[in-house]
Amino acid sequence: MKDRFNLYRFASPATFYPFAGALIPYFVAVSILFGLAGLWLGMLVAPTDFQQGEGYRIIFIHVPASWMSMFIYLVMAGWAAIGLAFNTRLSGMMAQALAPTGALMAFLSLLTGALWGKPMWGAWWVWDARLTSELILLFLYIGYMALTAAIDDARRADKAGGLLLLVGVVNIPIIYFSVKWWNTLHQGSSVNLAKSSMATTMLWGMLLMAMCFWMYSIAIALMRVRTIMLERERHTDWVKAELLGKAGDEK
Amino acid sequence: MFRIIAAVIGRDLKLAMRRQADIVSALFFFIIVVSLFPLGIGPEPELLRKLAPGVLWVAALLATMLSLPRMFADDHRDGTLEQLALAPHPLGLVVTGKVIAHWLVSGLPLALIAPVLGIQFDLSTDALLMLTGAILIGTPALSGIGAIGAALTLGLRGGGVLLSLLVLPLYIPVLIFGAGAVDATVAGLGGEGHLSLLAALTFASLGFAPWASAAALKIALE
Repeated sequence: MKDRFNLYRFASPATFYPFAGALIPYFVAVSILFGLAGLWLGMLVAPTDFQQGEGYRIIFIHVPASWMSMFIYLVMAGWAAIGLAFNTRLSGMMAQALAPTGALMAFLSLLTGALWGKPMWGAWWVWDARLTSELILLFLYIGYMALTAAIDDARRADKAGGLLLLVGVVNIPIIYFSVKWWNTLHQGSSVNLAKSSMATTMLWGMLLMAMCFWMYSIAIALMRVRTIMLERERHTDWVKAELLGKAGDEK
Repeated sequence: MFRIIAAVIGRDLKLAMRRQADIVSALFFFIIVVSLFPLGIGPEPELLRKLAPGVLWVAALLATMLSLPRMFADDHRDGTLEQLALAPHPLGLVVTGKVIAHWLVSGLPLALIAPVLGIQFDLSTDALLMLTGAILIGTPALSGIGAIGAALTLGLRGGGVLLSLLVLPLYIPVLIFGAGAVDATVAGLGGEGHLSLLAALTFASLGFAPWASAAALKIALE
């Protein structure tokens, strides 16, 4: 990279593959650092909640997972828009690489929510607007993954998946508000997530954990996109050279 | 612009009329699903009246889904779809025509039969009227959103199951406001607000969905 830094250079899998490989260790390291700091702050330093006791500490997993599940969908839709507008190969691969992580985050958010809800509200599941929309978000992730998995032609899978993502992203606010109104119409708000005030250490712990999840998602998505690249570009010379090089290292 | 839409509607209706069994089977699917609920839940009129809007709407969603895969599949198989895509008219208008035809064949019959089924659930006259109106106003949105799913899954293996996976989450707002309109009427609140929102969903999806479906069809036809 002696010449001027050019972003478009990395739109090609052949150049992005080693670049991603070089970035992964840094994101993993940063994620671990943030995670350790966040867990230390969240588990040991943050004060015990006067209402919820120690049980509230699951918030340090729950809230970052929920944030990431929504954020990753937006990022995927962003990649989809870029892919459909500029017809770049990398965008579809990035969207597909992010999808399982996003689904995982949505699932984690639901799971930790259930674990948190049982002792606090006395129920594993309530049809609260946020829970319901998170569940629908999980359905959208699963639909995307099912669609791309069903299409054999990789280019068509990228484009069809991208279109579905864009349709989904337009629908998410509609779904969210309809679920919210449905909820307020059907039952009184028995669940109030809003807290009066949050201790600064709690907020910092949550932000640190969010950064940890964020960096983890980037690292894991880059790892996944590298495998997708190898699979899709297996007919090209650079993949053959790459694989031969690896086989050579092992000998 | 309206000529091409009208032409596509006329053609699709003619094709549908030649195969009336398809229309009737979707309709009977709706009737059977709705009739199964009292058998599963019990015959208490109080309970049934409470459940009726939701049951009827969920059954309507499923019945509309049933005929979605055929929206483009037949035309795709015999090559008509490619000719339509090559035609000088925007593909979005063609899809608009197909969506309207699909609604006339699948949504409209549901709205006409729904009050009869509503009587089985002991709904009042007001609620029956609201139910018919809500299904009448809401089902075009289902056809519109469904067209996107049908276009995306065109020619894929396991397309039918995949289609429901893609489309049902997007149907949720229609279900909420559709059932909500009837619920509100039963509760004596008046469902006009819900109907307005339902109409907004319908117009939005009739306006945008055909173009998204056209883009998906172009991807499928590549």
